[in-house]
Amino acid sequence: MNASRKGSSKLETVPVTLTVNGETKRLEVLPWTILLDLLRDHLKLSGTKKGCDHGQCGACTVLVDGRRLNSCMAFAVMKDGAQITTVEGLARNGDLHPLQQAFIDHDAFQCGYCTPGQICSGVGLIEEGRAHTRDEIREYMSGNICRCGAYTNIVDAIEQVIGADAEAGR
Amino acid sequence: MNRFSYLRATSIDEAMREAAADPTARFIAGGTNLIDLMKYNVERPTRLIDITRLPLNGIEETESGGLRLGALVTNDETAFDSRIQDRYPLLASAIQAGASPQLRNAATTGGNLLQRTRCYYFYDPETPCNKREPGTGCPAAFGRNRIHAILGTSDHCIATHPSDMAVAMAALQAIVHVRGPGGERAIPIADFHRLPGEHPEIDNTMLHGEIITSVELPPDGFSRNYTYLKLRDRLSYAFALVSVAAALRMENGTIAQARLALGGVAHKPWRDPAAEAMLQGQPATEDRFRAVADHILKDARGYQDNAFKIDLARRAIVTALSQAASGTPQSQIDKRIQ
Repeated sequence: MNASRKGSSKLETVPVTLTVNGETKRLEVLPWTILLDLLRDHLKLSGTKKGCDHGQCGACTVLVDGRRLNSCMAFAVMKDGAQITTVEGLARNGDLHPLQQAFIDHDAFQCGYCTPGQICSGVGLIEEGRAHTRDEIREYMSGNICRCGAYTNIVDAIEQVIGADAEAGR
Repeated sequence: MNRFSYLRATSIDEAMREAAADPTARFIAGGTNLIDLMKYNVERPTRLIDITRLPLNGIEETESGGLRLGALVTNDETAFDSRIQDRYPLLASAIQAGASPQLRNAATTGGNLLQRTRCYYFYDPETPCNKREPGTGCPAAFGRNRIHAILGTSDHCIATHPSDMAVAMAALQAIVHVRGPGGERAIPIADFHRLPGEHPEIDNTMLHGEIITSVELPPDGFSRNYTYLKLRDRLSYAFALVSVAAALRMENGTIAQARLALGGVAHKPWRDPAAEAMLQGQPATEDRFRAVADHILKDARGYQDNAFKIDLARRAIVTALSQAASGTPQSQIDKRIQ
């Protein structure tokens, strides 16, 4: 909030507090720092990937306050106070998130570059609770592009977790 | 990306005051278009005013029986709000047809209206563009123009407005409420966006320093007979080549009232009141729908890559009117067109 008004040659940072994967981080960031770059370059959480860098591929998807967002299309300074979950924060006590396990079970990736974004997006989709059919899963995963074409297996993996949740009454 | 100073506005008055004081300042909320444009150096604001903490984020009943969408309500919140789904399913459907879940979680009501064209030349500062740099020319008119306009173009610009949400709002005759140094204004959505004419650099009728506070939906949501039909190069997550929002009020098999708005074909959501009047009091027949489509497209002009849009729009209008009349709106999940 104390960024320089104009004409100052000194780069003024802005204090930002983020909770990333459960850990509170007090940071000083330049206003134009993109959330994705903050995660990867400043916090060394390189699981989140930079694909197109223009909100078109979904590789950078993270969960911000529980909702999936493209981290390449967000200034870190605007997320002050937010809870952020990246692919590194999905496992619990060493156990993979059920969707991570399902991706392995179904061979839902080839090169793996889109996978962290696919998994974070899939976790967001499952939380939203709107997808019940394969068509709905496909539509609500349309913000994540996989150039290897692992789509069929990605839908299988998500369907497995949604089915298990439904069976368990979650 | 250029450097800029940052202000997190704590009141609407502060945001307006700060914007008015600096002609290169921009408001930012979802950022899904502005950040993209900044990455391409198309937009180079020296000051960003973050409006996300302002109290503009509710969906409320209006006194007239409509709903008021706060400017900061996200597209996802709007599309999946039960009141919107029940009373304005056309709007819910159009929003679901646009962008991706991630983008809809960030994009806001106000920002969606204010997004810029996706014209390839506008996006490329290495090329001339009258919208980006007035007076430099329009390469799209003689270049690649598959996604460009066929209605209401000028010698200066053939760009389209890319929103789906705004097309539905045009059919619903929404009202955009803005606040600025000069006070509050209520702008009918038909007068909000403008045609390019000689000033394609101006997208809409807002003034610098004004801020959208809400969009008001009038009581009649045409919730029984509507459709949003969007045609594009892939089935999801692509801008419209042609889209049609159709809203009808049917009485005993006759069309009592008709609203039609087209997306992907002009610099603004395209309405044609004379064509809508041709449907009033008429039975819902394909012949009549074809006559309406011909009327809407009588002055359409195709360019090298987009002449196909004229015929595509004609057929889309007929199909959309048939879907609306029969009460079988286009699914945004199952993309087969019935």
